[in-house]
Amino acid sequence: MADLSPISLWKRFLAQPIDSRGKTIAAALIVSATCALLVTSATVILRPIQQANRAAEQQVRLEALISAIPGMREVMGRAGGGALSTVVVDLEAARAAPDVTPETLPAALDAPENWTPLSPEQDMAMIGSRPNLMQVFFLRDGEDISLAILPIYGSGYNGPIEAMIALQGDMNTIAGLTVTAQEETPGLGARIEEPAWQASFAGKRIADDAGAVRFTVARGRASGAFEVDGITGATRTSNAMTRIVRFWVGPDGYGPLLAAIRKGEF
Amino acid sequence: MAAGGKYWVTLTEPLIRKNPVTLQILGLCSALAVTTAVDTALTMSVSLTVVLVLSAGIVSAIRRMIPDTIRLIVQIMIVASLVIVIDQVLQAYFYDISRRLSVFVSLITTNCLVLGRTESFARNNRPLPSMIDALGNGLGYSLILIVIGAVRELFGTGKLMGAQVLQTVDHGGWFTPFSLMLLAPSAFFLLGGLVWAIRSIRPDQAEAQEFVPPHAEEVRR
Repeated sequence: MADLSPISLWKRFLAQPIDSRGKTIAAALIVSATCALLVTSATVILRPIQQANRAAEQQVRLEALISAIPGMREVMGRAGGGALSTVVVDLEAARAAPDVTPETLPAALDAPENWTPLSPEQDMAMIGSRPNLMQVFFLRDGEDISLAILPIYGSGYNGPIEAMIALQGDMNTIAGLTVTAQEETPGLGARIEEPAWQASFAGKRIADDAGAVRFTVARGRASGAFEVDGITGATRTSNAMTRIVRFWVGPDGYGPLLAAIRKGEF
Repeated sequence: MAAGGKYWVTLTEPLIRKNPVTLQILGLCSALAVTTAVDTALTMSVSLTVVLVLSAGIVSAIRRMIPDTIRLIVQIMIVASLVIVIDQVLQAYFYDISRRLSVFVSLITTNCLVLGRTESFARNNRPLPSMIDALGNGLGYSLILIVIGAVRELFGTGKLMGAQVLQTVDHGGWFTPFSLMLLAPSAFFLLGGLVWAIRSIRPDQAEAQEFVPPHAEEVRR
């Protein structure tokens, strides 16, 4: 007659050799549960600090971008300091999104109807689908927008690249660019973070007079008003920067919005 | 004091004589990837040493409870969890450096050095010697990384720990940065040179030739 009382079952289980099937599974379960607990608690406990770090980084980059733009200090001074306004724009309608504020933007972006899937031909930045709502920053000089700071992102060589591009009032001349996040190869592609390279964007133009987007990260030295120097040994990263900028100023990115601003409709 | 002496040997042997990188040629991937500057090499070394010591301690503490059939999975799981925790801590408290190390911290998981020590040493020894052995190996790895990182940063950019040591031509000095040093192949060259130097000083480290090439005349016939 088999003894089915839990205590003797437990004793029999303990008496098994360590390599028995039951103990192997039990050991695997215990180790996974402990590891899962460890990893989860570390992530949850440290997340607020990490988010604060990222937000602070974003703010520092934004301020550095603004202060690096020639003549920006005077404009800011004339407009009375904190004239930089944060606006959530609707990329398709090319206007400010009604009833979405920067605070409610993350919630709005959880809804799939606020994303537009991109076909492979459209998807130059290789992001799969594009949010319809983006948070941008405008600096106004009187009624006119004198500077637009637009977040852009896309796939680089090793991972996503996030950046912010600042456009002057004509919405064609680049006032500055800053890379806010990247995972490119250290020493090569990661040089897109170098201030000297980012400074070379200032004054470059995006599209020619006919409206065709001509901006390129050159292979080697830049020639002409539409090019910036390429990064030696990082062709893929340089090409990714070209694609990302071209996508976001193009018809599937901020193109309609930029056109509206140029016409003074914004 | 006999035990103390033994621990001292366990700790110092992996520094040069049994260095995991130059003798066992382990953990090369990260040695190539993160040594473009001293501070990233240093952070990587510290992270790896911490992971190595903790995982050796944990594996050694539960060594009698790990079934043999799944021991590799269990070890990898412990190592991977520790690596994720370290990565999260770096992201929270050393945000700048963690951005520069990017994926290489997570890749400590696959660093054969860690699994090599837990599998060969920690699994068969008590926690204290295991952790000392792990610390020694971690320091040996760190030593190589920092040496290579220092050479690459000095000759690649003229800086050490971010401070300008050699005035570069760009800033009106005489030093032309040797940009090969910033590329991965230079780490191979340096590491090869280092292995050669160590094995010339200590010929006992040189491996025996695995086969002798046939006599030249026979081949020509």
